Amino acid sequence: MKDRIRKYLTLFSSVFMISAFTFGGGFVIVPLMKRKFVDELGWIDNEEMLDLTAIAQSSPGAIAVNASILIGYKTLGIPGAAVAILGTIIPPFVIISVISAFYAAFRDNRIISLIMTGMLAGVAAVVTDVVISMAGTLVRDRNIISITVMILAFIALRLFSVNIIILIVLAGLIGYIRQRAGR
Amino acid sequence: MIYLELIWAFMQIGLFSIGGGYAAMPLIQHQAIDVHSWLTMTEFADIMTISEMTPGPIAINSATFVGIQVAGIPGALAATFGCILPSCFIVTFLAFIYYRSRGMSSIQGILNGIRPAVIAMIASAAFSLITMAFYGTRYIPADILDIDVIAVLLFLVSVVVLRKWKINPIAVMAGCGLLGLVLYLLFP
Repeated sequence: MKDRIRKYLTLFSSVFMISAFTFGGGFVIVPLMKRKFVDELGWIDNEEMLDLTAIAQSSPGAIAVNASILIGYKTLGIPGAAVAILGTIIPPFVIISVISAFYAAFRDNRIISLIMTGMLAGVAAVVTDVVISMAGTLVRDRNIISITVMILAFIALRLFSVNIIILIVLAGLIGYIRQRAGR
Repeated sequence: MIYLELIWAFMQIGLFSIGGGYAAMPLIQHQAIDVHSWLTMTEFADIMTISEMTPGPIAINSATFVGIQVAGIPGALAATFGCILPSCFIVTFLAFIYYRSRGMSSIQGILNGIRPAVIAMIASAAFSLITMAFYGTRYIPADILDIDVIAVLLFLVSVVVLRKWKINPIAVMAGCGLLGLVLYLLFP
């Protein structure tokens, strides 16, 4: 019982902290969650995190909220999902409520904008770090088809702005065919 | 009843924005400006700017902001509630299906196929963030040398620190904010 309560508290405080610092959209939250729930707490394994990312990304709604629901559900079932949602939406709710009272001053404040500019470089570094770890695992496995899919998907996204849902469906289809072909 | 209107409007935004913040923007614009005239175009642009500057999903941020403008804190609660409601049901259902069926070999194959694509998506997001930090745009500009040197420095130091010592990423981001402030003030 006590362990369970501690787990709820850890879940809540983890998603709360992550949500309070996720500048720059849904894909920033995934690396942060990976560092926390995969590397630090060990509640979720590497491949599972990628699966949950695919589900969060291709479901409707905010990616951060979707990812929290999935992690909460995995760790503590439906009550866990509810706790994770609360932890995720409280920080932006409070921050925006405060800012909306004097948002013109906030928007034009030079100090705040300089801090934000510096933080953006840090956010880019955090996401890059996780990409290096994830792609590194794939390269170490020497799985030529997976590496090819990764590179082609990257090109499709960057150069041709291919819709993410289409990409996930195609990649899933390739996986299905490979499985059927037994390789 | 304004609260129900807010819930309903943001439920539609939550339901139809697949793929995160940038997908939600036009939907928010449609609901808050065209359908309900809760915001002016200038206010909408301000919300988008503030959403990018503050943590949290754009949809949740704008739900809170619009809700407060229209009906105070209870309005913000109603709009946020509406925004997350579709996710709650759909994603919980998908989580249930995933944990039930991921042992099946055909599902295994599909998931194995999807993982490299997910890594590519995160890599693409990293690429956009890097160009945002270095150049202030999501794409590499024509003049590749017109770069923010301080941002490059912060980025490189952060990557090395993260790779070498596995430091808490939140500490790295906060540190970059403070160090950035000092450096930008010293070398404008």
